[in-house]
Amino acid sequence: MKKISVTWLLISLLAISMFLAGCGSKSTSGTKSSNSSSSSKKDTLVYGRGGDSTSLDPITTTEGETFKVTINIFETLVNYGEQDTTLHPGLAKSWEVSPDGLTYTFHLQQGVKFQDGTDFNADAVVFNFDRWMNGDDKQFPYYTMFGGYKKDAGHVIKDVKAIDQNTVQFVLKHPMAPFLKNLAMSPFGIASPTAVKKWGDKFREHPVGTGPFQFVEWKQNDRIVLEKNPNYWQKGLPKLNKIIFRVIPENTARLNALANGEIDVMDGLNNSDEATVKANSNLQIIKRPSMNVGYLGFTVTRKPFDNKLVRQALSYAIDKKAIINAFYGGQAVPAKNPMPPSIEGYNDDIQDYPYDLAKAKDLLKQAGYPNGFSMDLWAMPVARPYMPEGMKVAEVIQESLSKIGVKAKIQSVDWATYLDKAAKGEFDAYMLGWTGDNGDADNFLYALLDKDSIGSNNYSRYNNDQVHNLLIKAQQETDQAKRNELYKQAQVIIHDDAPWVPLVHSTPLLAASKDVVNYIPHPTGSEVLSKVEFK
Amino acid sequence: MLTYTVRRLFSLIPVLIGMTLVVFAIIHAIPGNPAQVILGQRATKEAVKALTEQLGLNKPWYIQYFEYIKSLLHGDLGISLRTRGPINEEIWPYLMATLELTIVAMLIAIIIGVNAGVISAWFSNSWFDYTAMVLALIGVSLPIFWLGLMEQWAFSIKLGWLPTTGREDVRDPVNAMTNLYLLDTLLQGRFDQFWVVLQHLILPSLALATIPMAIIARMTRATMLEVMKSDFIRTARAKGLRMFWVVYKHSFKNAIIPVLTVIGLQTGLLLGGAILTETIFGWPGIGRYLFDAISYRDYPVIQSGILIIAAIFVFINLIVDLLYVFVDPRIKFTK
Repeated sequence: MKKISVTWLLISLLAISMFLAGCGSKSTSGTKSSNSSSSSKKDTLVYGRGGDSTSLDPITTTEGETFKVTINIFETLVNYGEQDTTLHPGLAKSWEVSPDGLTYTFHLQQGVKFQDGTDFNADAVVFNFDRWMNGDDKQFPYYTMFGGYKKDAGHVIKDVKAIDQNTVQFVLKHPMAPFLKNLAMSPFGIASPTAVKKWGDKFREHPVGTGPFQFVEWKQNDRIVLEKNPNYWQKGLPKLNKIIFRVIPENTARLNALANGEIDVMDGLNNSDEATVKANSNLQIIKRPSMNVGYLGFTVTRKPFDNKLVRQALSYAIDKKAIINAFYGGQAVPAKNPMPPSIEGYNDDIQDYPYDLAKAKDLLKQAGYPNGFSMDLWAMPVARPYMPEGMKVAEVIQESLSKIGVKAKIQSVDWATYLDKAAKGEFDAYMLGWTGDNGDADNFLYALLDKDSIGSNNYSRYNNDQVHNLLIKAQQETDQAKRNELYKQAQVIIHDDAPWVPLVHSTPLLAASKDVVNYIPHPTGSEVLSKVEFK
Repeated sequence: MLTYTVRRLFSLIPVLIGMTLVVFAIIHAIPGNPAQVILGQRATKEAVKALTEQLGLNKPWYIQYFEYIKSLLHGDLGISLRTRGPINEEIWPYLMATLELTIVAMLIAIIIGVNAGVISAWFSNSWFDYTAMVLALIGVSLPIFWLGLMEQWAFSIKLGWLPTTGREDVRDPVNAMTNLYLLDTLLQGRFDQFWVVLQHLILPSLALATIPMAIIARMTRATMLEVMKSDFIRTARAKGLRMFWVVYKHSFKNAIIPVLTVIGLQTGLLLGGAILTETIFGWPGIGRYLFDAISYRDYPVIQSGILIIAAIFVFINLIVDLLYVFVDPRIKFTK
């Protein structure tokens, strides 16, 4: 019996060592091959991200993961700056606005072709806008940026017409200040009319635009492959031959894949992993400019949050700096307004509520709650760039509030239900945030805090007619200086009413392999990768 | 045996119908509106209302249920609310990806688990027995999430032996035919890719195999110990048969039936429960498909996904039952 056990032991040892040797030897050859391929310059970029796209026709969705891909396939009439939301020529090389702010005339780039060979011209632009304005908000949800659809009274575009092959004209019903900034948004990428007609509903899986990369393959939940558009109109671009967008849901696993060389860039780096990336000499950190706000909102229709003094008291009781140091690795600034400082019209004169517990208690007493009260505090169940660790931030807030006698019970529920409940106004207080779409103040203040947005994104159900009048006036004001003044006034009132405690403006982090160069992250969350290359 | 098999197959129908009803009820009890999730945080309330109506989600639940069953009987699993694609076509690659992972994981679990159990029973109370059983205890209690990340850290980042995520080298993708990549690469004669696919399989299948391996080892050991105490084994040994044959032929054959049951159950569990492994290893399998469907409230996908997993589970149990006869002809199918 002894003999047999020894034989067995030897056999298993042999098997294990053979297995390990096999793995070892093969992987060296693997490394060798990757080394040899890097000597002839790498031209395929593998981009790791947390979720898949929902569609590849950008107008059919509002989801950010979609635009990361489509911005490389489709182009818009007007472009944002490389790292800001200033306006630059895109498919339109120049434009004129009539003095009354109602007529926009665009002169288009010439000699541009869609990836399927169709000519890009004024008719193609008209075709796209006709398609969108004749749709509805479940087909083309983002088109509501233009005040609704053709049938709606609020629709701002009266007419889109081709003046000649290379000139297209938009006539508006009334001035719309963010019009050009809206046109630059990814969802309004111009699609090939031929391809749209050919594929119909299936266009969402067969996108064709004029962009630097063309679509090759979509394996759902796994990868999307784009290839260089050989006929791209901007000479010398793109630098890469291929981009592969891979889905790796777990942040740490994605970082592991990056460290192991399976992907070249990853988004959604945990702030807590920044040090790990910095310690690895093969990797680099890429910081995305901030254009977001993470906040604690109160539903102002619910007791006791219908009382302004209560909301102000709670604003005094939250230590934003401590939250930033603990959960954002310092990669955020404390927020005092509902929009980030990078947006025009930001009111920097506003003094934030300091962290002052005595003042907070005093206000609670004035409001008639000398001993505090009990409330539910809803914490975000998912990580977002503006709120990487919702539950933990909620715990800190809970602790702070307990010091002024307010007992907050932390609640959470899955993301779908969370948004549903928030929209119905079922929360006492809740955590949420927003990343700007177009870098316009309207996209923060009107979208999030106007009375028109109650039921959609005004989860606090904040309703102030003064603010509403200012925001509507600002929408139609074409003089930027005057607009900024209106937004500044609105922020003063909002600050005093305190429907939210604005918490942070965070700097989202990406990580990349050291040899990736010219990766220029955009504050909107999606960027064209035409200039990216390997060292 | 044929009549038994056919009868068993028919008896599955009420089980599966009951299954659809239970799944349907549970899914519709979850709060949250799919239309809201599909359209995103920025959608207007009018859009949400319109989409809800278009998807038929405003109809009474029993009408929705009967419509679902009706199309199911036509072999139509429905349309995904999120991607708007037919589930019949969409689900296939995911299912195959999970199947491949599960098969490899179960092979590892069975080979190592059964042998560890047999040897532990053979040399019961030896150092091997103690070590194996302590390892098995750790195995059942390890969180897969942690184990997966540790594997990546050790075998990929520190040792650089194996890839961390995915099924293949995305820079040189496999040309999918059956979507079982090991098979596909062999069919195409791409042995280099076969090796790459195998490398990608090792870490996730090890993570997935850990718990069933431990359970199988403990089960095998227990039943083997029982059998080895019995009279006929004592007789066999008294006859002077070599211990190896006593253990692997006579005892094992008699100990295998409960082990088979466990293997069947575990295989079914793995199929449905691979979500964590698939998430960590970026494995595009049915677990991930279902998980995404749940977060998007994609009712048709959740229903069909669970139904298919349930069907496979039930069929595996049927196969296990049939295997009993094969292993032990004394089990009769008279009833």
